[in-house]
Amino acid sequence: MAAALRGILVTLAKGLNGTSPQWQQLAARPLSTTTRLGGPEAPPARADTTFKVTMVPGDGVGPELMTAVKDVFKAGDVPVEFEEFHLSEVQHMDSDEKLEEVLTSMKTNRVAMKGKINTPMEFKGELSSFEMKIRRRLDLFANVVHVNSLPGYSTRHNNLDLVIIREQTEGEYSSLEHESVPGVIECLKIITREKSRRIAKFAFDYATKNGRKKVTAVHKANIMKLADGLFLNCCAEVAELYPKIQYQNIIIDNCCMQLVQNPYQFDVLVMPNLYGNIIDNLAAGLVGGAGVVPGESYSSEYAVFETGARHPFAQAVGRNIANPTAMLLSAANMLHHLNLEYHSNMVSDAVRRVIKQGKVRTRDLGGYSTTGDLVQAVVGNLRHRPMS
Amino acid sequence: MATSNAVLSMSKILKPIWGGRLVTTAKVFGATVTSHREKSTAPPPAKYGGRHTVTLIPGDGIGPELLSHVRELFRFSCVPVDFEVVNVSSSTEDDINNAITAIRRNGVALKGNIETLHTLPASHKSRNNLLRTSLDLYANVMHCKSLPGVQTRHNNIDIIIIRENTEGEYSSLEHESVSGVVECLKIITRTNSLRIAEYAFKLAREKGRKRVTAVHKANIMKLGDGLFLQCCREVAAGYPDITFDAMIVDNTTMQLVSKPQQFDVMVMPNLYGNVVSNVCAGLVGGPGLVPGANYGQNYAVFETATRNTGKSIANRNIANPTAMLLASCMMLDHLRLYDYATMIRNAVLTTMNETQLHTADIGGQGTTSEVVQAIMRNIQSKGPLTSEL
Repeated sequence: MAAALRGILVTLAKGLNGTSPQWQQLAARPLSTTTRLGGPEAPPARADTTFKVTMVPGDGVGPELMTAVKDVFKAGDVPVEFEEFHLSEVQHMDSDEKLEEVLTSMKTNRVAMKGKINTPMEFKGELSSFEMKIRRRLDLFANVVHVNSLPGYSTRHNNLDLVIIREQTEGEYSSLEHESVPGVIECLKIITREKSRRIAKFAFDYATKNGRKKVTAVHKANIMKLADGLFLNCCAEVAELYPKIQYQNIIIDNCCMQLVQNPYQFDVLVMPNLYGNIIDNLAAGLVGGAGVVPGESYSSEYAVFETGARHPFAQAVGRNIANPTAMLLSAANMLHHLNLEYHSNMVSDAVRRVIKQGKVRTRDLGGYSTTGDLVQAVVGNLRHRPMS
Repeated sequence: MATSNAVLSMSKILKPIWGGRLVTTAKVFGATVTSHREKSTAPPPAKYGGRHTVTLIPGDGIGPELLSHVRELFRFSCVPVDFEVVNVSSSTEDDINNAITAIRRNGVALKGNIETLHTLPASHKSRNNLLRTSLDLYANVMHCKSLPGVQTRHNNIDIIIIRENTEGEYSSLEHESVSGVVECLKIITRTNSLRIAEYAFKLAREKGRKRVTAVHKANIMKLGDGLFLQCCREVAAGYPDITFDAMIVDNTTMQLVSKPQQFDVMVMPNLYGNVVSNVCAGLVGGPGLVPGANYGQNYAVFETATRNTGKSIANRNIANPTAMLLASCMMLDHLRLYDYATMIRNAVLTTMNETQLHTADIGGQGTTSEVVQAIMRNIQSKGPLTSEL
């Protein structure tokens, strides 16, 4: 309380120097209780102070994407301050102290943005990667990928709108592998009732909060009768609490086929770890690939925002060709999570507008523009207001 | 001494009978309630990434407008709470069942009162009561504290009232045995009485209170209220640091209006709780000022203490938002968002006591939205930085 802050208008005015008069009008913050009902959402209280967010750019094009986010935030006067940490397993920056530092920062800030930390394939004595360690230590059990077609970019299936929810702390990612006799490896897939119920409830809560109608559990209980059977039972159990939401289940192989044939039948999908990994990537591919789909991971306390399909895209490093759309949309979701409704809409609207106009497109979407061009276009659209 | 012995022996005799009765109650509620006692395996609350989801039941009368002010204030203060709005009308059974499952999912609810028309047939149970019994929200807690900015007849009142919320006269067991004779059953059970007494003493100790007063009418209802009193005594024995005394309900109300400062923590069965809580709310300024909470094993529902619908002043922008705003602060405390709770509570009390902006019910000229705006202005100028939260 000691650092009580007075005069929000002064601070707001500071941030507004040199902008158009049209924008200044919008920034006049009504105290009226009816702002919710219409008109642009005003910035929330005490937006004059900044929110601290941990940033882990990761490997590959991660740092470039994070630069894009920072540029857009700067241009939009977004009250977010990043605490940046470089963590990598392939660039000799992998010390446990470093990991602790990152985790401490994530725990204090509660919100983080993360690029992909590349996991080398060869075995060097450690079974679990940094990615897995972060997820386990912060208990980031739920991964959400909202696959939404971008208007203006046409793919084989348009107007797609489905959400994939993946359990990401157990299942095949248990890091429990051993050679029982030479030449025989056992890899343990762990499914627990507690975690299955938790992810199922997360999926239904997500559906409720976002006005979704249907939740589909994806499994392979015909083969793994006990493990996936338990997962399925937990989902069915939780579904009883949500009478307004339709519940069904589908076997993973069929699900993949249905997704490429008729993806419109799905609404919210919930599944264990490895299936989620596959479906995330498959579904991201349906709407334009890894560069356009944002993703997020949640524990009960923390939230991490990242891209939907997590790839380092190392071959593009330094070539200025990576598509920052996914990371920018993810950043917009983060602002939404921080209650910065206004800034969130500003960023996501600008990105969508640029995609819809179709003039500036990176290579993955069939254009010739660079990452920098796209960021410039987004910045130019930040404060675009249709004259009405 | 002789009376207490008598009560003791009677309660012994009655044990098997009460056991039988408990089963009947469970059966009666059975239509809507799966089990009288909630299973301890309740699903985890809806809290993800540090954001909570809370069920919001706008109710009737002034409920919707007050709750829209709460939402606005929460948005304004960056409170990490999302609301799942469930509208309940008193006409269909479906609505209230939806609301109850919604609370089971989220664990916490903020609600306005749902109107109960007493012209409806007897089969129509009060929705509010149904909600409390289904979720087994056994403890109704309200804290009546004098506000320095509000002119009242008595000052320095600081009473915590704990009311048994699920049985007693509110059993909804009434029948006409022969025409012209109606029996209404008041149910007092040992389990529930022990539970509420335990809650009261625990809360008293937690809050550093010195005295717990049980309110009863055991001189007339020797068995029913006698059992309640006996249970309170038993629990009191485990709390030697807290003084326990008992007072008959009629005397209590008289004492309350003549010398309310003598009370500290009060515990009582359902109907007395209803009466006494309204008296107390009146003492400190009326129904618009005092928040209330209903706690159970797994769930908590927050509302105004006196549960008024306020139909006559609905949609006129003159209702006092204080009670509902303070109830939302109690909710934030329950969610362990203490900093946000303190921030909003301080702003509400400052507006009430220092700015002296009052609504008509406490003799002011302000409208509901003016008061809410003053509170927002206070948060804006004096509130802590987001980085400090």
